[in-house]
Amino acid sequence: MATKTTEMQKKPQAEVSRAERTRSGRAYLPNVDIIERKDELLVLADVPGAAPGDIDIHFENGTLEIYAKVPPRNRESGRIVLQEYGIGDFHRVFEVSEAVDAARIHAECADGVLTLHLPKVEAVKPRKIAVKAG
Amino acid sequence: MLSRWGNGLYSIDRLRGEMDRLFENLAGGVSPWTDLVGGGSFPSLNVCEDDRNLYVEAEVPGLKMEDLEILVSGGELTIKGDRRGMSESDVTYHRRERGTGQFARVIRLAVPVDAEKVEAALQAGVLTITLPKAESARMRRIEVKSS
Repeated sequence: MATKTTEMQKKPQAEVSRAERTRSGRAYLPNVDIIERKDELLVLADVPGAAPGDIDIHFENGTLEIYAKVPPRNRESGRIVLQEYGIGDFHRVFEVSEAVDAARIHAECADGVLTLHLPKVEAVKPRKIAVKAG
Repeated sequence: MLSRWGNGLYSIDRLRGEMDRLFENLAGGVSPWTDLVGGGSFPSLNVCEDDRNLYVEAEVPGLKMEDLEILVSGGELTIKGDRRGMSESDVTYHRRERGTGQFARVIRLAVPVDAEKVEAALQAGVLTITLPKAESARMRRIEVKSS
């Protein structure tokens, strides 16, 4: 056997979503990287097949929810001869413990990867207080 | 090689996939779409066919066409690529699930194809390869003449 490689396998979402979806079909957990930089948290999520306009991001009370709609791309004609992964929406929820400046959250999406910037709340700058002579 | 961190469930999934494949092979090769030794198992593939073409689809988020190499030869399809990670070093990873590194997947094509006319398209991280079947492999309707 060749060197063992591990790959990213699509995982169906666990049964813990807070509300039921009206669309039928499965939702999948996107693979994510969460990276902490000095001034922000960076979330990278694999959402292949989703266009930027199909992605909903909610941030409320420290809960970050990502929902990416993936349009079906099954061929009308033809028959399936091999199926190793399913196609469906991507959905994932995170509790964010850092203080995030919700107003400055921004995101972009390219090549099926969502990049989400969660800027940290600016720390109170140290202030020097001058003492005047009385 | 592709690597991934986190979730222990993942390896169980993978093991189960390999067991399934093993049993399939023992059962007498249910699928002619076998992996060739030497290739990895990323990316996962969906394959469908109609009278004219084979369509191979793979999810390769974050990759551009120039990061991918697609080869058809000797009845095999090879998908090679390199998924680069971030180069920043002074950051902390809280989660790291997205694999990075080089990968190669090789599958045997069950039908002869016209290698000259293979086309590939990449959109939103979804790779679609269209492989026209060789003339000899196409279904042909045969007229039955009445005598």
